[in-house]
Amino acid sequence: MAKVKGDIIIDIEKCKGCELCKAACPQESLELSRKLNTKGYHYIVKIEDNCTGCTNCALVCPEGIIKVYRKTEKKKEQVATISNVTGDITVTVNS
Amino acid sequence: MNERTMTEEQHFEQMIEEESICINDNIVYDKPETLTDTPMHYCPGCGHGVAHRLLAEVIDELDIQDKTIGVAPVGCSVLAYNYLNIDMQEAAHGRASAVATGIKRVLPDKFVFSYQGDGDLAAIGTGETIHTCNRGENILIVFINNGIYGMTGGQMAPTTLPGMKSTTSPNGRDIITMGNPLKITELIAQLPGTYYVTRCAVNTPVNVRKAKMALKKSFEYQKENKGLCFVEIVTNCPSNWKMSPLESNKWLEENMLPFYPLGDIKKPTN
Ligand code: SF4
Ligand code: SF4
Ligand code: SF4
Repeated sequence: MAKVKGDIIIDIEKCKGCELCKAACPQESLELSRKLNTKGYHYIVKIEDNCTGCTNCALVCPEGIIKVYRKTEKKKEQVATISNVTGDITVTVNS
Repeated sequence: MNERTMTEEQHFEQMIEEESICINDNIVYDKPETLTDTPMHYCPGCGHGVAHRLLAEVIDELDIQDKTIGVAPVGCSVLAYNYLNIDMQEAAHGRASAVATGIKRVLPDKFVFSYQGDGDLAAIGTGETIHTCNRGENILIVFINNGIYGMTGGQMAPTTLPGMKSTTSPNGRDIITMGNPLKITELIAQLPGTYYVTRCAVNTPVNVRKAKMALKKSFEYQKENKGLCFVEIVTNCPSNWKMSPLESNKWLEENMLPFYPLGDIKKPTN
């Protein structure tokens, strides 16, 4: 099973706090900050770690300040669990 | 949850999570190069910013940055040349399509577009708009329709909806004394000179994608010398509609879009 993980980077100094991105986010990952940026706007911050990298927020942002990342992680297949190991296990640590 | 009580699987998931995925290999969306880093002067939530960005994305994707010339209007987007890193020319109020005509005729290999609001294109520039379309100039006209005069402070425009309040129609537009809203896009679609006429919006991610496709198609048609392409983008004007950006998008969906329905008005025939 593949796991999709997304993340965004917002140029908060250019954000005008219009909240269009927040409304467009299907994961409800975004919220307005309590702090102000130097322009005097509340800016958008990511409050949840559930972003899927769908790019919706970036598409509707009038300021074009959202960069979106997405990575599909393939889960490693489990080859053995502790319970079904019968012989001795030697662990080597390379530091 | 501490480390010891985690299952192997949860631990593995946490390991993935702790590793930032914000590296260049994983970028799926970034601002187009043609859009400059200059902060835009538009009000928060204004659709102009999205329209600019879409133009820049299309120009990047078609790799025509050095071959594109834009003509900026008078209105809120008068400073469009600050944000689009291409050659641009400012036109007198309403005359952008006439200026674009001149540029395209002298430099037929360039991709030429005008970018105009409703006050510019559908009021003072109605004559230029109709004749440019009727001549079938091989240019793209981008028409931003928010149903109001933005820059000058929210006066009634030809596109203002019936009953819609503006500073010059404080009780709402009365069609008996003030006339009907002008659907200039439907009007010019009747002219034989126009090749592709469509209406889009940028209020939702889906509409943003569609608007981008329309702009891209228009530049491709221009390359094939197909004739005039006209892309209307219905946008909001939170400041002069006197609403928050989110309220304005809701109002747009409930009022503007039923009156100005989205979709192709004239599909290319050949
Ligand atoms: S990329 Fe999608 S899920 Fe992630 S913050 Fe933006 S809208 Fe939300
Ligand atoms: S859409 Fe853009 S400008 Fe508006 S709040 Fe979100 S990040 Fe800020
Ligand atoms: S006045 Fe209206 S159209 Fe002009 S920048 Fe502000 S919101 Fe946009």
